[in-house]
Amino acid sequence: MIQTDILIIGAGPCGLFTVFEAGLLKLRCHLIDALPQAGGQCSEIYPKKPIYDIPAYPSILAGELVDRLMEQAEPFKPGFTLGERAETIEKDDEDQFILTTNRGTKHRAPIIAIAGGLGCFEPRKPPIENLANFEDKGVEYIIKDPEFYRDKKVVISGGGDSALDWTIFLADGVASEVTLVHRREGFRGHLDSVQKVMDLAGEGKIKLLTNAEVVGVDGGDSLERLTVNHSQQGEMTLETDHWVPLFGLSPKLGPIADWNLNISKNAVEVDTFDYSTNVPGIYAIGDINTYPGKLKLILCGFHEATLMVQSAFKRIYPDKNLVLKYTTVNGVSGF
Amino acid sequence: MSMIKVTVIDREGEAHELDAPTDMGMNMMELCKSAELPVEGTCGGMAMCASCHMYVKSDHDLPEKSDDEEDMLDEAFNVTGESRLGCQIHLADDLDGLTVQLASVG
Repeated sequence: MIQTDILIIGAGPCGLFTVFEAGLLKLRCHLIDALPQAGGQCSEIYPKKPIYDIPAYPSILAGELVDRLMEQAEPFKPGFTLGERAETIEKDDEDQFILTTNRGTKHRAPIIAIAGGLGCFEPRKPPIENLANFEDKGVEYIIKDPEFYRDKKVVISGGGDSALDWTIFLADGVASEVTLVHRREGFRGHLDSVQKVMDLAGEGKIKLLTNAEVVGVDGGDSLERLTVNHSQQGEMTLETDHWVPLFGLSPKLGPIADWNLNISKNAVEVDTFDYSTNVPGIYAIGDINTYPGKLKLILCGFHEATLMVQSAFKRIYPDKNLVLKYTTVNGVSGF
Repeated sequence: MSMIKVTVIDREGEAHELDAPTDMGMNMMELCKSAELPVEGTCGGMAMCASCHMYVKSDHDLPEKSDDEEDMLDEAFNVTGESRLGCQIHLADDLDGLTVQLASVG
């Protein structure tokens, strides 16, 4: 069991800055994120894009902002549970939250700060009606272990690096048959991967179907065939053991929707006094919250984090007085 | 302020006629969001997600898709010749009467 003072859900800019502000009050933090790295959207969607509205930085790349926030948080030794999704919460008999992830990791803290941004990033699923019937029965959205596909027929969909890389990998003596289906001629992956895939198709080692889209799944207990719509040749059937649609990630509010929080338009309602939710001890900051006048800006999230930790401190230590101390006067003393 | 009329057909097939300013640097994703139509605009308009996928139903002459836009449409579903990312359609006077239909959520 991981014990901390503030359990932060979401390791994006807002969650990372919370570690710093909490640290100044001698509160320890632990962050949980469904993505395998810290930084949230800044790392996952646009690490190379400049941001122009961070005070004192006329321009800073999103990825660099994350690096600097990590550096700023470092003295306060935050813990991380990455690549796991915060799943359930319960209260124990000492009024502490027990939070369990989808992989069963347990965390305990008196305060939970939801800094979940747009939610958890999950694989984007094609809108095919009976798709769910074949999930984990031939349809997988992530390749965890390539050995799983040994001597199987595999169809991969998508046009990015993961689709290209797995096509190349599985075609190299792993799967018995590999087909790559993509909606157009061009691919957005690295040029050498694109060339490799073209070469494999030329050599007859993979089947490449461009200008095509998988539109149907069918089978008995497990997946047996796909219906593919080709822009010129019309509908065709592909016999296969597996289909791996790789269409990137999209954020979903996820399990926190079931935590009895007041939610409006996919965001958690908070009181702007301290960004507390309707559940005592749970706060929400950054893009995930909503209140009159809300702006989804990193800048505003930093402000929310700063006020939130003051309230969290008073909740943890109701008898202690809190005096605002300036870092310029006192410096930053880590743990 | 210059205004044009734009029609957005939502996922239930209902048409919404919107007044769209052309002098505020807005795009179709933002216009839909400001009208509280169900367009996510996850990435904020950088053509880095596909959550504002829409079909252009009128025969307006739109600027060609950039490589970034074309690449991101790879992460959308039911992409057709009419597909665009709303964030890449910048509202301008020559788009008066534009009609778009929101794509299903992927």
